[in-house]
This record gives sequence, C-alpha cells and structure tokens, in this order.
Amino acid sequence: MKLKCKHVWMYISDYIDNSVDAELRAQIERHLENCEICSAILDSTRNILYLTADARTFTLPVGFSERLHARLSSELQDDGEISRRK
Amino acid sequence: MPRANEAEMIARILAGERELFHELIRPYERMVYLTVSAMLKNEADAEDTVQDAVIKAYRNLAAFRAESRFSTWLTAIALNEARGRLRRIKRENVESLDAELEMYGGDFTPAALMDWHPIPSEALESKELADKIKAAVAELPFLYREVLTLRDLDELQTEETAVLLNVSIQVVKTRLHRARMLLQKRLAPVLKGFAPQPAPRRSWLSRRHP
Repeated sequence: MKLKCKHVWMYISDYIDNSVDAELRAQIERHLENCEICSAILDSTRNILYLTADARTFTLPVGFSERLHARLSSELQDDGEISRRK
Repeated sequence: MPRANEAEMIARILAGERELFHELIRPYERMVYLTVSAMLKNEADAEDTVQDAVIKAYRNLAAFRAESRFSTWLTAIALNEARGRLRRIKRENVESLDAELEMYGGDFTPAALMDWHPIPSEALESKELADKIKAAVAELPFLYREVLTLRDLDELQTEETAVLLNVSIQVVKTRLHRARMLLQKRLAPVLKGFAPQPAPRRSWLSRRHP
C-alpha cells in the first residue's frame, strides 16, 4: 500500500518515538524519500522538540534551588519527622 | 541516579540521615519545576508548589514503594499539589478547557514546508528564540501542554505518563501527537529565520565584477 502525505502526518509523533511497527516504518521511510514536504515537516518537528527540551529554553527562576533547599533545611531541623504510617 | 543507589539513599534517610534528602531530590528539581509550571503559569505559584511537594515527599518518604521510580513518585506528588493549587485559584476550569480544545476545531495538521534548515541549539543563546518557543508551549491547550511536558521535557516514558495522568497509553499518544503538531504548526513558519544563513551563492562574482 502506498501512503499518502495525510497518513504520514498521522504517524509523525509515533515515528519520532520509534513506536510504529517495522512494516509501517518502512512505508513511511519510502514515502519520505520521495516527498520533500513530509521530510521538511518531520525535520522541523524534530528540530522544534529538540529546541523545546533544551535547558536554555525553559530555565529555572534565579535562586530557585537555593530557596528550595533553604526551606527543606528548616523542615529537616524543625519537626522533620518522617511519617511512619504506611 | 542509578536506582540501587537511590534505594540505598532512601533507606539511610529513613534510618535517620535526614540531610541526605537534599541530595536525593537535587537531580529532579528542574523536572518537578517544569511539570508544575506547565499547570500553573504564575512563576511564584509554581515555585511555592514545588517546595510544598518536596516537603510532602520528605514527610511521606516511608510510603515510597520501590516498584516505581523515585522520580515518578515525586512527579505524582507534584502533580497532585499543582492540581490542588489550581482548584484553589480556579484559573483553569473545565469550561475553559473545552473552549481551548474547540479553538483548534480538531485540526492538527502540520504546517507544510518545502524544506527545513536545521536550527542548532546554540541559536537559543538568543532570548528571542527561547521566548517564541515558550509562548507557543504556553498557548497549548492545558491537557496537551501537560503531556508534552511530561514526555518531551521531563522525558518520562509513555507508560509512566499514562499512570501519572490516570489515562490510557493511547490517550497519552494522541495528546502528545496533537501537542507536537500544534507546536510545529505554530513555530515552523516563525522559526525559519533562526536557521543560520547559508553563504550567499556566487558572491565571488560580484567581487570580480564590481
């Protein structure tokens, strides 16, 4: 069966996650070899996700870690009992 | 952190070496913050919630069961805390969720492009690029942003995400697919300009013939 662009788009996310079966993967790859548009869509999606996950995109507020550990320290010193109920 | 080391550390904390809890959570601070801030857009709310979640994790550490990963357990606590806070501030109720989803009219087709010039991660030194990406993620409907954060930012597995959100694996995959397509559609046309410019072709000609 020959895949149409529309079908390839349905599987882009699964394809990126490597969660399509071998047969479908081969069909998608055959399509990508001959379709510039689908290749560009796949490349741009991958690229965008890569940039989104980069630590420079979503940064922690300045001093976040220091404040967290300071609060934790006072918890540990004050009534830092770990609940024993399970 | 390897799971065995983590289990040993937890045992030592429970045996009284409380201070080790600082080290136990250190690798997951960023992950927990990202998860919570996907739900609570206000930075101060998100930070408070992370602190509450970490304290809660400490107090309940004896209830941690080693069959799940510590990171997943901590994320579950953080999600609960964030949901509780969300209910209190009622910023996003069910109605607005439906409205958000309808906005897209079920259209999750990607933006069609003829070609794509890769944008290297160094381009993120430009705050403008990072801001555009953050804005696009912030605009995603809540349920899609939540899944995208757990899967693509926190790098949790599909199965873990399904358990945390109490939905099926297929629901996680569908939401993730839609989230990614909405991001591509929104960002691909905008980000094109951030690709390094190829050297102008045949520029030497103009030098030879001024």
